[in-house]
Amino acid sequence: MIFVSTLLPIDVALGVIVYWLLLAFAGLLLQNTRTITRVIFPAGAAGALVLAAAALSGLGGPANVAVLPLGLPDLPFHLRMDSLSAFFMLLLGAASIGISLYSAGYFRDYEGNELGLLCFEYHIFLAAMALVFLADDAYLFMVAWEAMALSSYFLVTTDHVVPEIRRAGFLYLLIAHVGAIAILMCFGVMQGGHGDYTFATMRNAHLNELWASVTFLLALFGFGAKAGIVPLHVWLPEAHPAAPSPVSAMMSGIMLKTAIYGILRVTFDLIDVQLWWWGVLALTLGLITALFGVIFAAVQTDMKRLLAYSSIENIGIILVGIGLAITFHVFRKDAVAALALTATLYHALNHAFMKGLLFLGTGSVLHATGERKLGKLGGLIHPMPKLALLVLVGALAIAGLPPLNGFVSEWLILQAFLLSPGLPHSYLNMLIPIAAAALVLASALAGYVMVKFYGVIFLGQPREGKFEDAHDIGIWERIGLGWLALGCILLGVFPVFVILLIDPVTQLMVGHTLGGSAAQTGWLWLTPLEPGRASYSPLILFLIVIVGVIFTMLAVKKFYHGRLRHGPAWDCGFPEQTARMQDTAEGFGQPIRQIFEPFFGVTRIVPTPFDKHPHYRGESRDRIWDYAYLPIASVTEKLSALIGRLQHGRIHIYLLYSFLTLLALLAFVR
Amino acid sequence: MENFYGQLINLFAALLLLIAFGMLSQRRVLSLINLFAMQGLVLSVSTMFVAYTSHQHHLYYSAALTLVLKVLILPWILHRLIRKLNVKWDVETLINIPTTMLVGIALVVFAFNLAAPISLMAGTITKSSLGIAMASVLLSFLMMITRSKAVPQVIGFLAMENGLFFAATSATYGMPMVVELGIALDVLVGMFILGIFFFQIRETFDSLDLKHMEKLKED
Repeated sequence: MIFVSTLLPIDVALGVIVYWLLLAFAGLLLQNTRTITRVIFPAGAAGALVLAAAALSGLGGPANVAVLPLGLPDLPFHLRMDSLSAFFMLLLGAASIGISLYSAGYFRDYEGNELGLLCFEYHIFLAAMALVFLADDAYLFMVAWEAMALSSYFLVTTDHVVPEIRRAGFLYLLIAHVGAIAILMCFGVMQGGHGDYTFATMRNAHLNELWASVTFLLALFGFGAKAGIVPLHVWLPEAHPAAPSPVSAMMSGIMLKTAIYGILRVTFDLIDVQLWWWGVLALTLGLITALFGVIFAAVQTDMKRLLAYSSIENIGIILVGIGLAITFHVFRKDAVAALALTATLYHALNHAFMKGLLFLGTGSVLHATGERKLGKLGGLIHPMPKLALLVLVGALAIAGLPPLNGFVSEWLILQAFLLSPGLPHSYLNMLIPIAAAALVLASALAGYVMVKFYGVIFLGQPREGKFEDAHDIGIWERIGLGWLALGCILLGVFPVFVILLIDPVTQLMVGHTLGGSAAQTGWLWLTPLEPGRASYSPLILFLIVIVGVIFTMLAVKKFYHGRLRHGPAWDCGFPEQTARMQDTAEGFGQPIRQIFEPFFGVTRIVPTPFDKHPHYRGESRDRIWDYAYLPIASVTEKLSALIGRLQHGRIHIYLLYSFLTLLALLAFVR
Repeated sequence: MENFYGQLINLFAALLLLIAFGMLSQRRVLSLINLFAMQGLVLSVSTMFVAYTSHQHHLYYSAALTLVLKVLILPWILHRLIRKLNVKWDVETLINIPTTMLVGIALVVFAFNLAAPISLMAGTITKSSLGIAMASVLLSFLMMITRSKAVPQVIGFLAMENGLFFAATSATYGMPMVVELGIALDVLVGMFILGIFFFQIRETFDSLDLKHMEKLKED
């Protein structure tokens, strides 16, 4: 135990970061597919395991501080690991174990040099995310943030020969940098004229309400661009499908959480005052994001786009939790604020597991069939039973079904809504139930989306072509997916332990914890505030579900089997049924598209009945793209055309520009 | 005695300014290079005097560096270049010479006006020549703007560096040695690179007239 007592968690975390960087360069130098998949990716997973363990031991402990002698002269890197960073590092470590192990199998067919580059970017990406959580000054934070953005950009454009992928990568990079500028300005405001960009200074600086609000809005915008808050979400549905699946899993599962970390860090730690309308703003934006994401997810026909929109939805739910926590915290209802914040963090952790699992699952489907259009898939449960089982866990979890983890966090957020005591604003009191209803709508639709996702891919029969030669997943994929699925189950079944883990974070943020009341009725029952109001025991529910299923199976076997008759079907007037007559992704999403038609720009081409070769095409466009982004783009183009007039191609004119600038500056400074 | 040296330095400063005007009005490339070498010589001598009066020993090195680089090496390179490129023709200016001179006078007035408050603060013996230094920087810049051919532009660039060097000497007895060495190296390397560019430009456009570069403009 001497080892443990002398080695602070922050040192271990730093060690893992350095180790990842070494692995990155090893991959770049080796460029050998076998070595990279068999050695480097599993080694990266081992690093992630160590990081998760370090974070676990750092949770609840005192904040560790370190100063690295790197960086610019007189501007060293400050590092700090408190409970908030530890929690997010736990998320990073735990989820990336599964993703790295999966990658060890997934990338086996890649070319050596391509894979070497990918392995390099992948581990830089991991290290950069860990550094974002550790940074304790704006300088290191921005360096890590940019390293993260750039490495993920190159990961997204792995298949850069495809023009759409280059386009998606550009969009991602653009929005990431617009966001980064906002974050930079946010730090600039927060240092409050001290000229010292360490977070310690920002914690001590006092901002008046106006500047605090400016800071919060900049942070919400800047981090929102990374998280995919509407209307800054447009890059997600483009970039996630473009990237290789483990990268999508990492970006969606973990990288989006760095933005959540940023919002929490700025709002609860670095700014010393909070205002109630920030919470309402975050709540409203979160609800819009959640509903928008889930509605668009419902009409997608590409499985990875569907998951990307589902990520937008989950970010929305997390933002709702943050909004609630801010509002309650401002009104000194710290017990409920702690509940909301716990639910938020819980959901962030859950989402890392379930979205990672699902994205990796789509990777295996893509690998086996070469197809990601939902309209062409189907019936994959037969050739790929193991994958189907593991993905089912993720789909059920994200649909929010007990006893899996998605249910717990969404239930906790709803509890925060329902248990909300009377707030001093009557409008707010009216708003909260409506918001709760909207959130329930979003969760219900998420269930619908998952039925579509799972049903169309795995159930039924292949719609076009046959996937009999589709191979099931290999051992590495199985381990990686299994780890994430296990996480989904454990996080769902033992919520009290997870809440006890989150407690130090809420203590740090809002000065109150949930663990005491959550565990008051023993670890079996989760009781958010008082046992009289609501409590939930996943294990008992799980047992009931299992017993119910077994009982039903036995009953069916006993009473129904043997009475099953096989005979020609009446066929409903369609004697020649083919697999193409199954409900498609478009068909399944059609009701949603009808209901929410005003949201979409729908173009539909319907063939006439006399068309010999009928083609049906339907496309749902994101209206925000047309109404917000295209005008901005055209204004930018016009402005740059104006500025382009400065370019004459004559050196003398250019020299004259600098000459006049020099004269003007000289006259000015005088 | 100090006053005498001060006067001497002022004399050289005046010479520097005169040469700058001379370069502004000079049409022939060969004379332009000779003027540039002369300016370097004046600069070197005046730096030596400053070093002697102010007992700043590192200025001797600067003076020697200037002598070697700006009086010997760079003019030699330039001579070689124009012989190889065969560009001894008269320089066409974009604006006619008298107008340029008038603009130059206005710039000198501006520079002196600008330097006045700084000179008051500086405690160096050379403080009165700061205005001249700035004027020669601006005049060289003006020369770069008004010449249409590539070689005179480069000479303007080098002359500007002379002015900057003089400004540094007169305001604060020169920059730290490391910086001066760095700048000297930059100038030398820059000269080489520009020399290569000359050949490339001539090869591409069959001329060293920079107006042909307009073709590179993006539509």
